[in-house]
Amino acid sequence: MKLLSRKAGCDSHGQDSSYFLGWQEYEKNPYDQVRNPTGIIQMGLAENQLSFDLIESWLEKNPEPAGFKSHGELIFRELALFQDYNGLPAFKNALADFMSEIRGNKVSFDPNNLVLTAGATSANETLVFCIADPGEAFLLPTPYYPGFDRDLRWRTGVEIIPIHCTSSNGFRITETALEEAYEAAQKRNLKVKGVLITNPSNPLGTTLTQIELDLLVGFISDKQIHLISDEIYSGTVFSQPSFVSVMEMVDSADAELSKRVHIVYSLSKDLGLPGFRVGAIYSNDEVVVAAATKMSSFGLVSSHTQYLLAAMLADRNFTGHYISENRKRLKQRQEMLKSGLGRTGIRCLESNAGLFCWVDMRNLLASKTFEAEMELWKKIVYEVGLNVSPGSSCHCAEPGWFRVCFANVSEETLGLAVERITSFVESTTRRSVNNSRRRSLRRWVSRLSFDGREPDDR
Amino acid sequence: MKLLSRKATCNSHGQDSSYFLGWQEYEKNPYHDVRNPKGIIQMGLAENQLSFDLLEWWLANNPDAAGFRRDGQSIFRELALFQDYHGLPAFKKAMVEFMSEIRGNKVSFDPAKLVLTAGATSANETLMFCLAEPGEAFLLPTPYYPGFDRDLKWRTGVEIVPIHCTSANSFRITESALNEANESALKRNLRVKGVLVTNPSNPLGTTLTWDELNLLVSFITTKNIHLISDEIYSGTVFSSPGFVSLMEVLKEKKYANNTEVWNRVHIVYSLSKDLGLPGFRVGAIYSNDEVVVSAATKMSSFGLVSSQTQYLLSAMLSDKKFTKNYISENQKRLKRRQEMLVSGLQTAGIECLKSNAGLFCWVDMRNLLRSETFDAEIELWKKIVYEVGLNISPGSSCHCSDPGWFRVCFANMSEETLNLAIQRLRNFVESCNPKNDHKSLKSSRRRSLTKWVFRLSFDGREPDER
Repeated sequence: MKLLSRKAGCDSHGQDSSYFLGWQEYEKNPYDQVRNPTGIIQMGLAENQLSFDLIESWLEKNPEPAGFKSHGELIFRELALFQDYNGLPAFKNALADFMSEIRGNKVSFDPNNLVLTAGATSANETLVFCIADPGEAFLLPTPYYPGFDRDLRWRTGVEIIPIHCTSSNGFRITETALEEAYEAAQKRNLKVKGVLITNPSNPLGTTLTQIELDLLVGFISDKQIHLISDEIYSGTVFSQPSFVSVMEMVDSADAELSKRVHIVYSLSKDLGLPGFRVGAIYSNDEVVVAAATKMSSFGLVSSHTQYLLAAMLADRNFTGHYISENRKRLKQRQEMLKSGLGRTGIRCLESNAGLFCWVDMRNLLASKTFEAEMELWKKIVYEVGLNVSPGSSCHCAEPGWFRVCFANVSEETLGLAVERITSFVESTTRRSVNNSRRRSLRRWVSRLSFDGREPDDR
Repeated sequence: MKLLSRKATCNSHGQDSSYFLGWQEYEKNPYHDVRNPKGIIQMGLAENQLSFDLLEWWLANNPDAAGFRRDGQSIFRELALFQDYHGLPAFKKAMVEFMSEIRGNKVSFDPAKLVLTAGATSANETLMFCLAEPGEAFLLPTPYYPGFDRDLKWRTGVEIVPIHCTSANSFRITESALNEANESALKRNLRVKGVLVTNPSNPLGTTLTWDELNLLVSFITTKNIHLISDEIYSGTVFSSPGFVSLMEVLKEKKYANNTEVWNRVHIVYSLSKDLGLPGFRVGAIYSNDEVVVSAATKMSSFGLVSSQTQYLLSAMLSDKKFTKNYISENQKRLKRRQEMLVSGLQTAGIECLKSNAGLFCWVDMRNLLRSETFDAEIELWKKIVYEVGLNISPGSSCHCSDPGWFRVCFANMSEETLNLAIQRLRNFVESCNPKNDHKSLKSSRRRSLTKWVFRLSFDGREPDER
């Protein structure tokens, strides 16, 4: 008899993908300025390490919350015992306000509609458990975060159908692409329960346009399905156009539609606290909130952490300063990477958010194929010494794009990474220039020796 | 089209059971010694509030741990970024050593086989996902923790088939009960993937005997299935017989590493009961099967332990002087409270199942039932909640096969409150008695008096024993 479950033995956790394999290579040979200066630089990790000093300074000025104190009183016992899945009220209030602040106070969030979960990973899985049965499907625009293959599908049994976006229009979501994805699902006899978008996008680093949002709302309205907007990067929008949350779109008069729009949030990217496991689901549907709340039992946020962050986020002086300073620093880093790459002739998708650039290396491909992309990726990991994420790991429809993170390393390291790429591109260009010179020579020779037949163009 | 999933709209989360409804009544009218002295006393919450002072003392003397500092240096950034599902190495090491210490160092655990999860709730569900398909089943001895109906079944689609234990033999697991459960699963066309026991037991407060453990190991060996031992209360064993861990039994039976059975035994642990930290969400799965460890590790992504909390507790549990003192002092205090409740109930004519662990007593109120039915049990339970003002857990909510048993917690309130609760119950029992001459009172003094009176007035007929 088969002793373990299929889930335990299969690979739907998706962790054999190159996305994770690159990490493994990095682990074996990690760059260190002093100890291993020729090691691999980690540029595949979307972490925000730019603003810790702001948080550390707050902690120094406010030592009580971490020490379980409130106005001089020790509240350790209360926190130790607090396991209510409705969450610490002070924390939910502070989090709802913070989410509002990030959106320029253009929307407000009701803490009663907020469900706390151990990270966005847990939030996304929980929402899918609430909305879809095994065998049903969600549509996701590509390219998308590789982790979704595991988070949305593994234990839920739900399928992901891609909405193909391409560079021809800056990877924008189109009506055609939406309809095609929906039909593809129909053909496979999969009932579509909703669309899940990440806004701002990972890996693109762009915010959805008003047009795209209108399109999505129209689409889900028409098909009577759900829309989940993972807004985990909402605090990383550093330049125009400003962030428009799907919540802004939802007309409070259209109660039925608003019940089918849900947001996922987390403090892992904006505050750089992935280790603290703080995520949230926001929904206007009380049945979803009720079910998700009970399900959050399987991944509650430590009360120890809730209390600390409740104090931090309730400090509006801190949050106001943090949000704006953090944006500035992200913008500066993105520009550094963009211009650095630009000088070598490598362009990035125009982006205004996120902790990474979506980099166009199609020029460097030996051929317009995913095999060539893998080949190039391996060169970049092993020869250039940069762990970047190949577009294929994000289900990108076109080969040649790579996600390159800029906020998880120091400025010096980022500078070094740019230098390495520059050297690599120059050597590759020299090689291909030589090749094309050779090719021209060969052609000339062939024209002389044969009937003017051109060699195969590649 | 049905808009939400079946899971979202069904009630397999089990939260409509009386177990939770009693809590709701308490929430509406909670006891407070000053503000609401007539309110309902919460005795349905298995929390350990007896040893916080020890933890607070440690925190006061070790401020670095909560302050994100190690050897005077700030490690805030490292912790903020640490989301590795393999867990903080220092914490896993401290956890396995603590688990070992609780078992008198008779067994040792390998940190590489430990998977951290956000509480035992998450650990149990994760193990189900790893070991069983939807529609398959696990056998559980009754009575069992009501939360299992949600934790093991809800999102996994796995079934629970009860192993009926009764008061006839103090609720011990027997071979025939195991076999009957197995057959009943077969009749329902359910493939049994394993047995899950809670040891020490919730709600019984007893530790499994060597016989029971041997029986279980033989059973799973024969049937080629898994055995999960939820040892969340292992640190609350306060008197003999001591705690015998499943791992000890396997060692004794010489199931060396890598034999099949060794790989099919899994332990669940948590710091929620022993340390009284349910809010911190610290649970763990321990397994010798590397495929299970590997799958459970990846699944733990859905419920990792906050690195802030891992760090604090790694410092605390690495302090061996502290843990040694904590474990023994905590056990002493639990013992004292349990004795208070047991003897207090005895003066009210109520007996408890003889127990040596846990944060509660398994109380025999069959005498007070109007009839030997679950309807009568619920009637009695409602009286106790509304009239007596105690929220206790009726046996039926724990799937007990005999009506009349209740789980009463003793470690989640002050001594004064516990005494008040006992007083209220005593008053209630006394008020019950004049109504019903046939109910025999277990208090021996009263029984003797009654016998003597009867002997005088009737034909020497003994009143019904219950």
